[in-house]
Amino acid sequence: MGHMTRYKSFVLGGIFLAALLLLTGCESQGRFITKAAFKGTHDIVVTFAGPVDEAWAKDISHYRAYEKPDPDIQLEISSIALSSDRRTVTLHFEEALNQDEPHMLTMSNIMSEGKSVGTAFVRVKKLYLGVLFSVLIGAMLIHNFVFTKYLGLCVFFGTSQKRSTAVGMGVTFTIVMVASAMMSWALYQFVLKPYHLDYLQIIVFIGLVSLSVQAVDTILRKINPILFKAFGVYLVLVIANCIILAVPLILADNEYNAWESLMLAVGAGLGFLVALFLMSSARERLELANVPPTYRGLPIAFVVAGLFALAFLGFSGMSIF
Amino acid sequence: MVSTKTPAQLVFNGLLNENPIFRLALSMCPAVAISTTVMNGLMLGVAVLFVQVCSSCTIALIKDYIHPRIRIPTYTLTIATWVTVIDLVLSAYAPVAYKAMGIFIKLIVAFAIITMRLEVFASKNTVGKSFWDGIGMGLGFMFGMVTLGFFRELLGMGTLLGHDVLGFRPLLFFALPLAGFFCVGFMMAVFNYVELVFNRMKRKAG
Repeated sequence: MGHMTRYKSFVLGGIFLAALLLLTGCESQGRFITKAAFKGTHDIVVTFAGPVDEAWAKDISHYRAYEKPDPDIQLEISSIALSSDRRTVTLHFEEALNQDEPHMLTMSNIMSEGKSVGTAFVRVKKLYLGVLFSVLIGAMLIHNFVFTKYLGLCVFFGTSQKRSTAVGMGVTFTIVMVASAMMSWALYQFVLKPYHLDYLQIIVFIGLVSLSVQAVDTILRKINPILFKAFGVYLVLVIANCIILAVPLILADNEYNAWESLMLAVGAGLGFLVALFLMSSARERLELANVPPTYRGLPIAFVVAGLFALAFLGFSGMSIF
Repeated sequence: MVSTKTPAQLVFNGLLNENPIFRLALSMCPAVAISTTVMNGLMLGVAVLFVQVCSSCTIALIKDYIHPRIRIPTYTLTIATWVTVIDLVLSAYAPVAYKAMGIFIKLIVAFAIITMRLEVFASKNTVGKSFWDGIGMGLGFMFGMVTLGFFRELLGMGTLLGHDVLGFRPLLFFALPLAGFFCVGFMMAVFNYVELVFNRMKRKAG
């Protein structure tokens, strides 16, 4: 029986993954084009099913490219390179491409070995899984909420004295974070925005956060008293953490969709966990160090956090995919 | 516990003895992130002062009607209401400063100092006393922010309130947002040192 359920969950997982993959990648309406993708910051690479004529490929007037939301603005192509097997064309654009938006590329009257194979419209966009992954890593490391956005510091310094406390707080925080961020995302997208109640977002979000913390508290107390004993004390602290309010506000500002919101919430929680873990490891060592009396306690912790923040500065500007 | 302090004592208490940033070590996030210039510190200080005074007075007015079990949600909603007011006012009348402070204006809701003052002071005292306590705490926060901003702007950019004072930039590092960690750490150490010396002197005298 256990074997069957595991098998079932594998199949379900497979179908889910396949569905996700189908949502991603480039859609091409011209059958002659096998692949179109961004390369670097300025280039789009198009792969054809067969060799194309050099005279056709090198003529800029055959290509038209624009960003999906504004078809009136033509993107200027500065040079075109054809591979030696004449199957791959690299279009170099004058300005850097905004890869967050899908691009439409039109290639008129494609000539292959003297014959015309028609006109092709191609949609070029980043892999969606890649976008999600970069949102996750971005929230966790590149824009770490503690070390590069300076949020949630009260709780951060309060609970990073012991490693076990730090991990407990981080885990509790991540769970509450995901739950409350998803609820506030749904409430904002389906209630506040359609009825033009945006100006109520602060009141609604803080109410929702308190409610979800209270709900997790009650449910955990009834269902799993052992877990409650371990993590219950941190629940109260979660409300006092500004990250838990900052994430819904960021989601509302940036108009993220459901998947991206989930990834941002998970990333924010994990980033907080990472920060707490690093800091508590350092502070456990500090207990044994000979710190000048004026610096004992919080002052030295602040300086250590500053050093961590300097290290996290190294992640800035990093881009994935 | 009903406070017997005079208004002047209440204000002084918030400024020095119980300074929210350096003594109580509450609301550290804006102290690190926003205090890059004197102007930013001043603006956020004004916003916090407004929210603190208004919510203190509101809670002191309605304290007899709040059921003790729902007092924390009541405090939070009161603060959220006043933060919404200042958020809308600032975005309409001071858009540049509003943009510089970013998300932090909205996050005043989560600043521990305001909730703590409501719980410790406003829910037990008269409207007048709560007003002066709110003024003291708000000014204390502003004082902390402006002090940090003074050193960071002077050392980082060589300017004060945008005017060139030094004519050169001593340490650009202090203008970086992350230098706030170091600055707050150093300031706390200075406060600790003063306390240490003070205690030593008292022991010698006594």
